[in-house]
Amino acid sequence: MSDWTEIARFDEIPRRGSRVIEFDTTQVAVFRTAADEIFALRDKCPHRSGPLSQGIVHGSKVTCPLHSWKIDLGTGEVVLPDKGCASTYATKVENGRVFLKLA
Amino acid sequence: MRKPKLVLVGNGMAGVRAVEELLKLAPERYEITVFGDEPHPNYNRILLSPVLSGEQQFDEIILNRHEWYEQHCITLHVGKRIASINRAARKVVAEDGTEAPYDRLILATGSKPFIPPVAGASLPGVLAYRDIADAEAMIEAAGKYRNAVVIGGGLLGLEAANGLKMRGMDVTVVHLNDWLMERQLDPTAAALLQRSLESRGIRFKLATQTEALAQGESGRVCAVRFKDGNTLAADLVVFAVGIRPNTSLAESAGIFCNRGIVVNDTMQTSTDPRIYAVGECVSHRGVAYGLVAPLFEQGKVLANHLAEFGIARYQGSVTSTKLKVTGIDLFSAGDFMGGEGTESLVFSDPADGTYKKLVLKDNKLVGACIYGDTLDGGWYFNLLREGTDISQFRKTLLFGQHNVGDSGHGPAERVAALPDSAEICGCNGVCKGQIIKAIRANKLFTLDEVRSYTKASSSCGSCTGLVEAVLAHTVGGDYSAAPSKKPLCTCTDHSHDEIIATIRDNELKSMSAVFNFMEWKTSDGCATCRPALNYYLLARWPADYQDDAQSRFINERAHGNIQKDGSFSVVPRMWGGLTNPRELRAIADVADKFKVPEVKITGGQRIDLFGVKKEDLPAVWKDLSDAGFVSGHAYGKALRTVKTCVGSQWCRFGTQDSTGLGVKLEQLTWGSWMPHKFKLAVSGCPRNCAEATIKDFGVVCVDSGYELHVGGNGGIKVRVTDLLCKVETEDQVKEYCGAFIQLYREEAHYLERTAPWVERVGLNHVKQRVVDDAAGRAELFERFKFSQQFVQIDPWKERAEGKAAQEYQPIRIAVASSQRKVERQDHPAAHPAQLCTATE
Repeated sequence: MSDWTEIARFDEIPRRGSRVIEFDTTQVAVFRTAADEIFALRDKCPHRSGPLSQGIVHGSKVTCPLHSWKIDLGTGEVVLPDKGCASTYATKVENGRVFLKLA
Repeated sequence: MRKPKLVLVGNGMAGVRAVEELLKLAPERYEITVFGDEPHPNYNRILLSPVLSGEQQFDEIILNRHEWYEQHCITLHVGKRIASINRAARKVVAEDGTEAPYDRLILATGSKPFIPPVAGASLPGVLAYRDIADAEAMIEAAGKYRNAVVIGGGLLGLEAANGLKMRGMDVTVVHLNDWLMERQLDPTAAALLQRSLESRGIRFKLATQTEALAQGESGRVCAVRFKDGNTLAADLVVFAVGIRPNTSLAESAGIFCNRGIVVNDTMQTSTDPRIYAVGECVSHRGVAYGLVAPLFEQGKVLANHLAEFGIARYQGSVTSTKLKVTGIDLFSAGDFMGGEGTESLVFSDPADGTYKKLVLKDNKLVGACIYGDTLDGGWYFNLLREGTDISQFRKTLLFGQHNVGDSGHGPAERVAALPDSAEICGCNGVCKGQIIKAIRANKLFTLDEVRSYTKASSSCGSCTGLVEAVLAHTVGGDYSAAPSKKPLCTCTDHSHDEIIATIRDNELKSMSAVFNFMEWKTSDGCATCRPALNYYLLARWPADYQDDAQSRFINERAHGNIQKDGSFSVVPRMWGGLTNPRELRAIADVADKFKVPEVKITGGQRIDLFGVKKEDLPAVWKDLSDAGFVSGHAYGKALRTVKTCVGSQWCRFGTQDSTGLGVKLEQLTWGSWMPHKFKLAVSGCPRNCAEATIKDFGVVCVDSGYELHVGGNGGIKVRVTDLLCKVETEDQVKEYCGAFIQLYREEAHYLERTAPWVERVGLNHVKQRVVDDAAGRAELFERFKFSQQFVQIDPWKERAEGKAAQEYQPIRIAVASSQRKVERQDHPAAHPAQLCTATE
């Protein structure tokens, strides 16, 4: 299934912040950076499943609120020296609306 | 565009570190070429001794492998010594004719061993101890010969002697002075050291001058003859009498040298602004450094300058020394001999092999010399470097940090004696062995690096002293010395104090203003600096600064404590710990209505509701707010609780109305943001049932008035308060309390509790500002009250009424799998006109 799913208005996602998108089986954290880029990750830190959506967004990274692991929003990769990877979802913004591509 | 060319002469620790720092700041700016005269990539010269003694292999001490140079597109020439610098043509020429043009040139030629002019100094079997080739020659000799003489009883000589002894040779150390390591130790400590080395079988010949080295039949050195007429058989002679800055290349190029290449505070030579120098070859303000910590500081400054940031200056370093001989602990720093105008505190237990001497001048520590138990070395070094006024704890200074009511130091077991399986960091479960492994495997130099790789001491920080000690034991003490100025985070080179002062003096009232004015290296900071800046701005400009929710940790952004499962806890304020049946019923109703899984009484005399879903928070708060509750700020770097005992209202011993006073203090102070959490308590009599003497601000009522205590905490490391003063009325208690809080709010570093803050600035300073200076106290109190008018607005009520609603609402989307139909379940976009048209 590769359709784009509309999830929110762009302005519903706070700058340097995030919103949680709840699907039936999974939760996705959608982030908006200071540069107004939109990224989406599965809302689980690869470390101990902390809710990444609740972290502080800086540059194109988020710091997990539980144990301060840093995750790159674009790739889902954990910033060294910690190791791990969070699942990412493709996003796009069209006419002020945010779309998510579910894997 | 052609990149400017940067050439580094000297492939050693100082020069390569400077390049590493430069790559961090400006990775693309230069085309870099490195020349080294040894046939190896950069290795850790400090760890030659463990290689010599067989405790480590050469491969383990390489810092930058060939691949590292390749990855960073650095041209590396090994085994090529630079013969000349042509400053007119701006190029360097190696002995083999290799040339490299430069736009900027760094000289990091290091030092060379000093060989005294005695006959026979050039015989086979006579060595210096400087590089890996020397170490290898010594290892080879140890396999074939028996008698070794080390000339020089300083740091390097003793490490060489120990290594050769461990390789099985008979070793005698010959030393000109009356005692060993006279530049680091006083006679008493040196005698202890000598005794310990003698017990390992090393022999000593002190106060002895070498006259000549004799040649044997094989042509190799065979004996050492002394001025006193004695001789000693020797198949190997190692000179370790000192090093000299290696300035011959610089001098031949006409660069001004005076016991080192003379540089200014940006590491530029005084002769040619295109040429810089760094490391042991340098003379800075008349001092040539030989330890790694100052050289790394120099490298950082040089890199900053080459990257054209232009804000760093090297202003010299205070150094400390540690001997890297396994099982021997010694530490020295500063003016350890003492002299005119100084006093000495001495602890000596020769039978136990323990000796401590601290040299004081004007109530400040100016020198330390410790043998035996050196765990407190780092602490003494900090006191020395920061010039802390020690008069308040002079009596216990000698016994170490844990006797001073330390706030952030582990138990004082000797780290060296701990087994590898000993847990160092209890928060993250990190053992000593893991830390050592990480240090060796990843070539870690600093506490921050060890933290980042192992997580040890990265949570509560109470084991910081132990982790530093492990680091010092693993790689030598000079590594562990933290830079004299600690930047807030990697986004900036500025310290907390500089940032606080700049925000104040330049009236910076927004985060972007701070980023611009102080030249932040990142576009919007990080999770470390943003919350700190948000606090500093809020504390300084309460009326003007717009609080930035996205720069607050989730707990303060959502006004609840996040739990491990992502749910939140809710703690309503109970003034002074007082409650009543109506309030308890309201809390019970909330717990029922929202199916709260757990209800618990907190240590701060209030009630905690655990496991509340984030989206339920506003509704929970509405019910609590309707019942008259406000937020307890149990989640914030803020005023938390005021704990009270029952006092004169009920207690037969109570001297004052402690409960009533507690309520008044809580009404005065609630809502205020602090550098860290802040707790108060009021006890009604000296029995102190409210435990006021382990609070940030504690009041103990007595018959004649109120004792005020500050700087205590339970938690990580219990610290008992210091007595600030005694006052007579409740109004005075309120004024002193407000003034103390305001001073803490204005001066402490973000995330620094009152206990370490009071220890850092000294109780005298707090007394001067809050007790002695009545006008200053009144001003502090006024500023506190001014700031309070903006924050005593209940954040829960605001959110129950709809503020920041997005923070709490997830967006639910049902995907019907058969039809792939998507349905948005919450509020659809109601006002198309407001749609944002920003693009990706």
